[in-house]
Amino acid sequence: MNLRRDVFQAIADPTRRAILLLVASHTMTAGAIASNFDTARPTVSKHLQILTECELLEQKQAGREIYYYINAQKMKEVAEFIEPFRKMWDDRFNKLESIMKEYKSK
Amino acid sequence: MELKTKIDAEAGKQDLLITREFDLPVELLFKAHAEPDIIAQWMSNPHTTAKVLKFEGKKHGSYQLESTDAQGNVVFRSNGVIHEFIPDQKITRTFEMENAPFGVQLEVYEFKQLTESTSKLNIHVIYESGAKRDQLLALPFAQGLNMAHNRIQEILNTLK
Repeated sequence: MNLRRDVFQAIADPTRRAILLLVASHTMTAGAIASNFDTARPTVSKHLQILTECELLEQKQAGREIYYYINAQKMKEVAEFIEPFRKMWDDRFNKLESIMKEYKSK
Repeated sequence: MELKTKIDAEAGKQDLLITREFDLPVELLFKAHAEPDIIAQWMSNPHTTAKVLKFEGKKHGSYQLESTDAQGNVVFRSNGVIHEFIPDQKITRTFEMENAPFGVQLEVYEFKQLTESTSKLNIHVIYESGAKRDQLLALPFAQGLNMAHNRIQEILNTLK
């Protein structure tokens, strides 16, 4: 087994992308993450292990539970991390511009 | 196509700067931020429809927005208070996503006239911490990862 896994290999898998999306909005326990998937818990654990190994997720122990949270620092290294945020604003502003141009000509 | 919007987010800082030039007179650029009907239009996208639940464009006013998906489910609500509302010049407001762990952010919108028919918008956003800023920046990234391929439910269905 690879000890250091490639980040792009990690995000190539649809389940792992779904996990990242879940954890991006809320810090979650392994159990809470697994409950969102109709798949065997050991499979989800394996995905969490891969995401943790490539440092996209980080673990924090709190009592008996392990919480997973997103490592934004690492995400930044992946595929122009900030671009989707920029694209979201650019799409909005393009729309604003075209709406107001029409407004002007009315 | 080159994006016209610039985002300046320095590593380790808890703020960011959004800059954009518009092919619009500054009055129309401001109007797009001051009329609830128009705000709802440009805040909507192919996936979600925005609705302005409340909007008081004045000092000590407040606002509340809601986004729903194609099925009418509420995706998120946000709200804030307005500290400054100077037509064609400046809006200072807070922004908070409801039921989300991102805290409250302070947003300063500066509207500038470039020529009679062009203008510029600077939005300075200050977050509670650098970690919260990065978490919010990561959200469209994570969503983009999913949308580029499948929606989350479709992914879950294939696993069944």
